[in-house]
Amino acid sequence: MLGLGVDRLQADINRLLTSLFHQGVLDEQFLQLQQLQDDTSPTFVYDVINIYFDESEKLLRNLRLLLMDREFSDYKKIGLHLNQLVGSSSSIGARRVRNVCAAFRSASELNNRPGCLRGLEVVEHEYHYLKNMMHELFQLEQQRLLAAGVRYPV
Amino acid sequence: MEKGFTPVGLRVLVVDDDPTWLKILEKMLKKCSYEVTTCGLAREALRLLRERKDGYDIVISDVNMPDMDGFKLLEHVGLELDLPVIMMSVDGETSRVMKGVQHGACDYLLKPIRMKELKIIWQHVLRKKLQEVKDIEGSCCYEGGADWIIRNDEAHFLGGGEDVSFGKRRKDFDFEKKLLQDESDPSSSKKARVVWSFELHQKFVNAVNQIGCDHKAGPKKILDLMNVPWLTRENVASHLQKYRLYLSRLEKGKELKCYSGGAKNIDSPPKDADLNSGHQSPGKSSYAFSVGSSLLHKATETDPKPLASASVSDPNSDVHMPPKAKKTRIGFDPPLSSTAFDSLLPWNDVPDPLESKPPILYENNFLQPSQSSYVSNSAPSLMEEEMKLSYETPAGGTCVNADEFLKSPTVTLQDLDLSAPSAISCMKLQEFSSNVTNSTESILRSLSWEFPESHHSGSLDTDLDFSWLQGEHFLANTGLQNFQFQDYSSSTSLLSELPPHLWFGNERLPDPDEYSLLVDQGLFIS
Repeated sequence: MLGLGVDRLQADINRLLTSLFHQGVLDEQFLQLQQLQDDTSPTFVYDVINIYFDESEKLLRNLRLLLMDREFSDYKKIGLHLNQLVGSSSSIGARRVRNVCAAFRSASELNNRPGCLRGLEVVEHEYHYLKNMMHELFQLEQQRLLAAGVRYPV
Repeated sequence: MEKGFTPVGLRVLVVDDDPTWLKILEKMLKKCSYEVTTCGLAREALRLLRERKDGYDIVISDVNMPDMDGFKLLEHVGLELDLPVIMMSVDGETSRVMKGVQHGACDYLLKPIRMKELKIIWQHVLRKKLQEVKDIEGSCCYEGGADWIIRNDEAHFLGGGEDVSFGKRRKDFDFEKKLLQDESDPSSSKKARVVWSFELHQKFVNAVNQIGCDHKAGPKKILDLMNVPWLTRENVASHLQKYRLYLSRLEKGKELKCYSGGAKNIDSPPKDADLNSGHQSPGKSSYAFSVGSSLLHKATETDPKPLASASVSDPNSDVHMPPKAKKTRIGFDPPLSSTAFDSLLPWNDVPDPLESKPPILYENNFLQPSQSSYVSNSAPSLMEEEMKLSYETPAGGTCVNADEFLKSPTVTLQDLDLSAPSAISCMKLQEFSSNVTNSTESILRSLSWEFPESHHSGSLDTDLDFSWLQGEHFLANTGLQNFQFQDYSSSTSLLSELPPHLWFGNERLPDPDEYSLLVDQGLFIS
């Protein structure tokens, strides 16, 4: 019975991941991350993704603050933040987030404030979608580990 | 050697402001059995490196960092510590890559980085060490060691395969091999380098023009006409070959059909047909050398539209064309009418003259999408083209030596590796080398780097193989070049001989990034 639990959970995880890949939310870099995880760092993926969340949220917050400022004019700074976001997103395979940053960047290069605001909204949306998906993934993974732990008592 | 070999314990310093990447790279490098130190700030990295001078074997650094430009860090590390540096970025735009190479990066990796790319970084360390040994021991007793490294590198490249970022390096190895072969060749003895100063080159060009059609101009005839007693036929022969190759590259750029008329065309009023056909297209090839053809346009005073496009595209070409090419054209200027210069003169200060020109010019020529995309792409594509040329054919070498055509020979060594793109880095290095000790140090360093050049002054092939794209040479050269570059600009006699617009253009050559910013200041309609 418990074995089935593990298998079911594993199947759920796989299904979720496949779906994310198909949607283009994640790309192969995510797989690379998974491959890096090993016994010496059993929570590697989890750790890295959390670092990513922290960094990205900081960047997104800064971007919003910049754009909300009525006297905003520093498009170059927007560009810099965006670069960082794109870089981070490439590290975990967050392809959709990375892609939508491109439109945002174009707007910033044209000094187009409304365009930037729209771009930011899209990026924020994609980011939050990814975050939710990751949370779900981690929950499933955690359940699977628990189920597996029960199955193979130490 | 087996595929996937990595030396255990290679000490790597990773510098990246992105904590996500730092963690990932640390893990990846640890998987390669390297000894990893991570660092989030460039200054911190420099501190670590300076503290333990021999504490690290290789540095991997991101290009975009908040406290210090990655390229600056690269310079510091390369010059002060002489460590191999690999640059990384999520941005793979050719201009950035070129900048990395110019500043002396051993490699430029695109994020996301693959394990296989990290697995082979040890080769950079080894190559660098090998070069150091070469420099110390001199050129003689090298075949054994070098063969080994080359054999092994080849094996790795062939085995390891798809490392796109290593594309250039593969070619490095090819000519490095050739270099070593030549070194063991007894005929390639050390010869005194002839430095082709501006005056000398001018004499050369005059002689060639006098003789007429390029084909008939043989080294002996040219030598006779030049009437320079200490110059040998061999010197002229090799210079002539480079000159011809340079012209053929110009030809390609201008899409002119007639090669034999090439030299003539540039130096004297042209046939309208040739130039008109070559000049009108805003495409990459004509653009690069449009200054040459545009000057000619002016000389012939064709109808205003091409003239306008000529003058407008000039800034483009002046900005983006490697200064080396520009400098060689200096040699061609004298025959042209002064009107050509007058109209180009305002362009000295990049933004202003463009703005002062009637807007219609811009609308017609400057703002076409092809040209605006040009701004960001032209320099890289040009350089790419030249890069390719340097690698694939001897022709590439011409661009290297064009530089030396015109520099006053205050420092005679290692002219070969000078190249235009590094002139751009010279601009960056202006501030860097304002620190006198640094430039002296870098010169000393570059002296020790100079291993092959002195052998090959006579032999054309190897000259040309010394592509200015060798990362290592680049690094050493930058400091030296800066020195020379400053010299060049301070040499008043030389400057006075140059048409003002050209030497101002040279000095103020903005790099592509800078240029696009200038462009942003209202020159382009967005």
